Amino acid sequence: MKILVCMKQVPDMESKFRINDQGSWYDESDLAWRMNEYDEYSVEQAILLKEQVGEGDLTVLSIGPKRIQETMKKALAMGCDRGVHVNDVKVHEKDPFEIASIIAEFAKDKNFDMIFTGMQSQDRGSGQVGVLVAEMLNLPCITTIVDFAFDNGTVNAKRELEGGVKAKVSAQAPVLVTCQLGLNSPRYPTLPNIMKAKKKELAVVEVGDLLTVESRLETPKISLPEKKSGGLILEGEVGDLVEQLVTLLKERTTVFA
Amino acid sequence: MKTLLVAEYRDGRLLGSTYDLVAFASQLGGESAMFLVGSDSDLPQYDGTLYLADSAKYGEFNPSVHKQLLLDVIDKEQPDMVVFNHSSYGWDLAPRVALAMGAAQISEVVDIVDGALVTPVCNAKLRREIKAKTAKCVVTLQAGAFTLSGEPSGTVAVEKIECDAKSLVVFNGYEESEAGGVDLSKAEIIVSAGRGIGKPENLEIIRSLAKALKGEYGASRPVVDSEWAEHNRQVGTTGQTVSPKLYVACGISGAIQHIAGMKKSEFIVAVNTDRDAPIGEVADVLVVADLKQFVPALTERLAG
Repeated sequence: MKILVCMKQVPDMESKFRINDQGSWYDESDLAWRMNEYDEYSVEQAILLKEQVGEGDLTVLSIGPKRIQETMKKALAMGCDRGVHVNDVKVHEKDPFEIASIIAEFAKDKNFDMIFTGMQSQDRGSGQVGVLVAEMLNLPCITTIVDFAFDNGTVNAKRELEGGVKAKVSAQAPVLVTCQLGLNSPRYPTLPNIMKAKKKELAVVEVGDLLTVESRLETPKISLPEKKSGGLILEGEVGDLVEQLVTLLKERTTVFA
Repeated sequence: MKTLLVAEYRDGRLLGSTYDLVAFASQLGGESAMFLVGSDSDLPQYDGTLYLADSAKYGEFNPSVHKQLLLDVIDKEQPDMVVFNHSSYGWDLAPRVALAMGAAQISEVVDIVDGALVTPVCNAKLRREIKAKTAKCVVTLQAGAFTLSGEPSGTVAVEKIECDAKSLVVFNGYEESEAGGVDLSKAEIIVSAGRGIGKPENLEIIRSLAKALKGEYGASRPVVDSEWAEHNRQVGTTGQTVSPKLYVACGISGAIQHIAGMKKSEFIVAVNTDRDAPIGEVADVLVVADLKQFVPALTERLAG
């Protein structure tokens, strides 16, 4: 069984973000980078599937500058067999249509039986890439899955809808699924597996070899949101903070009435 | 600007979020029409043409077929913009339609500024203005970002539509979340735990404060995903939507999905070590402190 999982490296969302000099994106210096949280679930699910069928070849693909190899190594240490690094120093300027085109161009003649992606990235969150890849490859696509089962070529998944309801959906492989948080429990790479991962193949492909389309979106401006007025910020010693908050709650709410 | 609004149906009912689309279209101005896979039994209140496909025949979830039904309408109406909710239905269908149209898609729009659409980046820590380079475009709207000022009104002119596209996936029905548990929507005071509690044992700190305030405790998605709290405690778009008199968010950074579920609370207190956490955007008071120290101290003060 041939499996592809697509992974993105994103900044830690707890970071303090600044705008770059051009005002077109966030400043990438001084940021800590990690695996997109949604992709941790898709990497885990791809590995679980390979373990279930007992054989196969699992490729992790990621697009970005050289620094993404660190995160790709985590995916390899978790259990992916090989990595494909699409080298692109301007990945942040690509729109979802271009990113999906790059992945589809890579995957079109590889006959993957299953493709896993996160349902969105934590930084841009368009939620488009996985669906677009599936449509470009003419594959069935099930988005936002919180439950996945594979039985003899049939994918049975549950999509998460609003308000705690799930939709039960099935399709015949090859299928692309986009993974929602909570789908499984992503494993931590063990030290022996981290060592083993260093020997796994990590091929580099230049983005120019896979990109055949032009962007459809432009970002005239990126900015920090305005702070909501009226919000009070309390800082200081815990004891003082408690007194200040209790006073405020008495003045402005009826919870002690 | 001519818009085509894609309404949603669930379990035989029109979803209220349909009116977010109407609010957005009226803010943009110009003509609009509506598309729905639903039925005559629950029609939107809207003055305009409703292209209606029968959900009994085509299913409430059937992306390849809904895409074809929609493309036929787009072909006839020639809208400049096709508008979806950024929902499990919308984010699934919109990219399929955009690709088939050769159009750009802008996801999770929260505002319109000088003709550019604004979307959140990095968990709403940044805002981004985006423009489509294509003549037509597809957009999805963040839940609650555009709302009607009054009650919806109007009468649709129904035009029935059909198609015979092939389905790539099979929809086997809905599964309700486990019954029972608490109805947080009725709670007057809620104290919620976020990822910042650090470990499951610390949920007790949150429960103690909830008890001292005679309220209920809730949780954000990561806490529920880690199985530190039951799903029926989850506040947010995929959990419960709440509007208590007091909401205390402890160690919750403020993901959009969480904020959408609690922003209508009357008074919001956030406890967070990060002064810039997005939860501060909706909080009436942001206490910059480590919840593991602050929350027990507050509980003790209230009990004493």
